[in-house]
Amino acid sequence: MNPVDPERLRVRELGATQLLRGAEIEGRTQPAHLEGEELERHVEERVMTTTLDKAVAWARSNSFFPATFGLACCAIEMITIVASRVDIARFGYEAFRASPRQADLIILSGRVSIKMAPIVRRIYDQMLEPKWAISMGACCSSMGVFNNYALVPADKFMPIDVHVPGCPPRPEALMHGVLKLRKMVQDDPDSSWRERYGAVGTEEALPGA
Amino acid sequence: MPDATGLELIGQELGSAVLDTVFFRERATLVIEPDSVRDVLAHLRGEGYAFMASLHGVDYYPEEPRLGVVYELLDMARVDRISVKLRVHSQAPEVDSAMPDRPGDRGWPTAVHQEREVYDMFGVVFRGHPDLRRILMPEDYEGYPQRRDFPLGGEPVTFTYNDPKRPPATA
Repeated sequence: MNPVDPERLRVRELGATQLLRGAEIEGRTQPAHLEGEELERHVEERVMTTTLDKAVAWARSNSFFPATFGLACCAIEMITIVASRVDIARFGYEAFRASPRQADLIILSGRVSIKMAPIVRRIYDQMLEPKWAISMGACCSSMGVFNNYALVPADKFMPIDVHVPGCPPRPEALMHGVLKLRKMVQDDPDSSWRERYGAVGTEEALPGA
Repeated sequence: MPDATGLELIGQELGSAVLDTVFFRERATLVIEPDSVRDVLAHLRGEGYAFMASLHGVDYYPEEPRLGVVYELLDMARVDRISVKLRVHSQAPEVDSAMPDRPGDRGWPTAVHQEREVYDMFGVVFRGHPDLRRILMPEDYEGYPQRRDFPLGGEPVTFTYNDPKRPPATA
């Protein structure tokens, strides 16, 4: 078999590009080399430049791994966003991980009692950085109808990125919240609020790790 | 339900342990002396009321004696119910546990969690309970939240406008 001549292959590629642009091809052998403005345009069409931070934020924001963690009735709506009607797999978040070590998003789906709060905080601390939290529903954001001795709003013991209101929020609302979080992660990977709430450097590391 | 006459008969058998009998809307209730609770419950078991359906607390604030404990007994064979109520003073809210307290004593083992709940919510101390700890609230919780003089509100919620740590908004 004849090996493909690289020089000839390049000529064919450039010819095809010109054909796509709608340029007239005369003789079909012409543009062996692009120069000047042609070259600029050629590069513009093929190469995308960005910063590493932005590329990383883009990748992170499109692959959240939520923790499998339900607290109360809101969890039923949380389950629904993975199902077929509002299929959150469209955005890349369908893999709910059963271990906080593999998750980077926790959705607090329900009321948090003051007895449960240390456990929730521990799960949050066990998650690996970078990590995000969504407070879903009225109870977990402002204690909702249970404004009494038993409950505590989530902001009191851990940082929350997005609050989704509702009682419970519809699955569409939760999905909207997740997409808001995506936008947040893409636009501002530096989350200064983490320092305010003491959420930096609190990850639980295994001994010796 | 025992009818009003039946309730009086039960009350007479128990003698001075019974402070009052109430028959209201087909519900028979014995109001008893707190210290005699184990004897009363044992006697009612002999009468057929062998199933303790519920044990719960009441707060009669501001009356004294203020804290109540209610035992709901059920006769499974006759489908017959009777309530036993007692009241203890909030300064010394102590009452004997209904749990079995010695080998061979049947007692009411179902009381183990329900007495813990009454203790947790109302602060009634059950003497002789094998493991009287809080059951619903955290163990270091202070106060008894179901008492009527317990503050109603919970944690104040931090919103954007009242977050002290939030930098002031720039117009």
